[in-house]
Amino acid sequence: MRVALFIPCYVDQFYPKVAIATLRLLQHLDLDVHYPMQQTCCGQPMANGGFEHLTGSCNSNFIKAFAGYDYIVSPSGSCVLHVKDHLHDDKQEAAATTIRHKVYELCEFLTDIVQVKSIKASFPKNVALHQGCHGQRGLKLASSTETVVPFFSKPLQLLKMVEGLELVDLDRPDECCGFGGTFCVTEEAVSSAMGLSRIDDYTKHQATVITGTDMSCLMHQEGLIRRKKLPFEVMHISEVLIAGL
Amino acid sequence: MSTHNIPHPEAATAFLKDKERVQWHDETLWFVRYKRDKIVNEIPEWEQLRELASQIKDHTLSRLDEYLQEFEAAAISNGVTVHWAADAAEHNRIVHGIMAKHGAQKIVKSKSMLTEECHLNEYLEAQGIEVVDTDLGERIVQLNKEMPSHIVLPAIHIKKEEVGEIFHQHLGTEKGASDPLYLALAAREHLRQKFLAADIAITGVNFAIAETGAIVVCTNEGNADLGAHLAKVHIACMGIEKLIPRTEHLSVFLRMLARNATGQNITAYSSHFRKPAAGSEMHIVIVDNGRTTQLGREAFRNSLKCIRCGACLNTCPVYRRSGGHSYHNATAGPIGAILAPNLDMRKNADLPFASTLCGSCTDVCPVKIDIHNQLYQWRQVLTQEGYVPAAKTASMKVMASVLSSPARYTFAGKWARKFLRWFPSLALNKKLNPWARQRDLPEPPKESFREWYRKQASGK
Amino acid sequence: MSRDKILTAAKQNKPALVALPEMATFAVAGTDLVAAFTASITKAGGAATVLGNLLELPAKIKEGWPDAKRVANFIHGDSSTNESLLKEVALLDLVVLKGQLGVAENGAIWLTNKDCVERVLPFITQHLVLVIDKQTLVGNMHQAYEVMGKQNPDYGVFIAGPSKTADIEQSLVIGAHGPRSLQVFIIE
Repeated sequence: MRVALFIPCYVDQFYPKVAIATLRLLQHLDLDVHYPMQQTCCGQPMANGGFEHLTGSCNSNFIKAFAGYDYIVSPSGSCVLHVKDHLHDDKQEAAATTIRHKVYELCEFLTDIVQVKSIKASFPKNVALHQGCHGQRGLKLASSTETVVPFFSKPLQLLKMVEGLELVDLDRPDECCGFGGTFCVTEEAVSSAMGLSRIDDYTKHQATVITGTDMSCLMHQEGLIRRKKLPFEVMHISEVLIAGL
Repeated sequence: MSTHNIPHPEAATAFLKDKERVQWHDETLWFVRYKRDKIVNEIPEWEQLRELASQIKDHTLSRLDEYLQEFEAAAISNGVTVHWAADAAEHNRIVHGIMAKHGAQKIVKSKSMLTEECHLNEYLEAQGIEVVDTDLGERIVQLNKEMPSHIVLPAIHIKKEEVGEIFHQHLGTEKGASDPLYLALAAREHLRQKFLAADIAITGVNFAIAETGAIVVCTNEGNADLGAHLAKVHIACMGIEKLIPRTEHLSVFLRMLARNATGQNITAYSSHFRKPAAGSEMHIVIVDNGRTTQLGREAFRNSLKCIRCGACLNTCPVYRRSGGHSYHNATAGPIGAILAPNLDMRKNADLPFASTLCGSCTDVCPVKIDIHNQLYQWRQVLTQEGYVPAAKTASMKVMASVLSSPARYTFAGKWARKFLRWFPSLALNKKLNPWARQRDLPEPPKESFREWYRKQASGK
Repeated sequence: MSRDKILTAAKQNKPALVALPEMATFAVAGTDLVAAFTASITKAGGAATVLGNLLELPAKIKEGWPDAKRVANFIHGDSSTNESLLKEVALLDLVVLKGQLGVAENGAIWLTNKDCVERVLPFITQHLVLVIDKQTLVGNMHQAYEVMGKQNPDYGVFIAGPSKTADIEQSLVIGAHGPRSLQVFIIE
């Protein structure tokens, strides 16, 4: 199967190490991975800002970049959810539909498609998992604490395969971190307060590493952590899953 | 008390200045969410109940005109007088009209968010009529001359010392007293006199049963009943969306309402009013006030299924940290943010953006309103209708252009990183960049991923 | 006319017909209804006691409320005493009424206006005693409405505890405006 790597725009520009980790992880699992250079952005920042009607050319470009692959995989729950929910093109709706059915966030791709049973990574640290909301409630990467359903978590399933990793329990395992796209600047006070709450939770439960499925959430929390000079390490889940490989 | 119109971001920033108080507000409301989680997990069929409740409400909305007529006919045959109010102003006039006809001066009112929405108290006070809100939380905010900040827990933003001060001023309790039991007992005595002296009792309506013309009111305090059974005239105010088809459907809603709202199995009292007692009068005022308009909005009509449990407020991380008043409407929080723009888009354009679209509200909603999707949809509508600032539209157009072309995107990305490396203090300037107020910026890497990848590919 | 305006708009704007779902009862077989009911009412701040026989009630009332002066007992009370007590309902210390059924999942007891004698009685009294027959206990609200849903009384109420409030900084206070206590006697 031909797998295309869909790298969120801000990961491409500001966190290339996450993209490299994702690529390395998929290659380690013997997958045929390509990175289409045509890709730019999924269009989510505009759509969530109320400008979905301006995302037409972004959508066409996305279809152009990713047509012809068996799977499109991204280290981002929120970008994948946006594509699944909102990728449409008047002129090539069939192509858009095909892509919507083939796009996967990294963890769900590994558990559901590749069906990884073991990972030879080693990461002997106290890790707090930040469950990004769009991935969790949107893509159903994990059950949510609001609903009365049996517990499951695809990111957790993968983290449990990592040798030595100690997962930390949190008071509020799935409360939003407050990034929310442009929300992080338009409602800066609330956004920061929400992020600081998450950080207090990690501190209380003595985590040393914060990980998650979305670099946007992590970038926001890392910003708060660095400003407060707190000693947490912040890593995307792809980086944890190749640790020591 | 009219609602001020400070936009949510500003109001939230002001609210957040008192960090300790915000932490208390957030934890108090989170605890209500926690209690809700605990009790709903005792009901294995909870998710089935949600689906059932959702479908009953969906069905009701699809036959709303018929059920309204069925309800009216049944109520009239029960000896109840039914009134119809197209808007808030007409509602207020009708309610006042009933009072004027009876020469009523003393009114007691149990919780009704609809009457808050219509600003009934203000209207009546201007006509020289005393209205006493009898729900303890509502009485506290009434005495303090402010709006409730939560649809179920009106005074959740007020500390017991502050209640003590309010009661000292208005009820003559001891100065400095803050013991909740002492204060609640003082309110009991004070309000008991009001119940006994009232000419007319106004209540809200939790559910209106089309087949029998009965209305159901749920309280923990018993204040709706004390009002309605002691006064000679009972006026029940309801929005058109309060209807459910049959009595048996109450079983679903009464199993869900209190559990989702406060984490209790059921409220102390679930009162079914069908016919007035001998010698008494009962009126029902059926109110539209924008609801039929919302009914016609395909993307937003589901918001009319709301049973006003308040769970979306309790779970919302933004509501908990910004407080109900920052939503400048009678109904705050996520449900308020999808109802209010229907009434006034210009005034409420800020509300759908006061969210990260995390989806927790949708997950707790007992009738499966897709709240966070509606928040997203309202953003599109408000933008198209021109209620976003021109500067935002301009920058979004630029963004759209840059992000739709690999060449422009690559160029912009490269120069953004260079800029951050060369002028970090400018980027970190708190006035120019809100991000930087409480956060550092990421270290701008020398190479983007695609630059690295290209090198790797050519190097092989 | 607003009525016509509203009905016309509702008719015009309503969505396509959605079917009414089938109701379920979610009944759970084999529950100890007395234990479940007692747990529910206790959680709500009330209390429940099983009596072998209705004749045990008068002694229990005397024992439980020795200082109550104005007691309107509609099960064993004297009708002329009750009549004169009803002239000043605001002064009632204790009211004793018979309920029609009890719901185990939440401790709720159903009374109609006839059961209440006067609608205000269960609310204005300082303390309330409700008596139900053990055989009338049901598991949940669906089962309750199966039994009383077609009655159509002028007024009815599910009472599931004493009155209460948590409106002052979420501190629970039992005895808001209605009764300060609720004691249920379940008769075998």
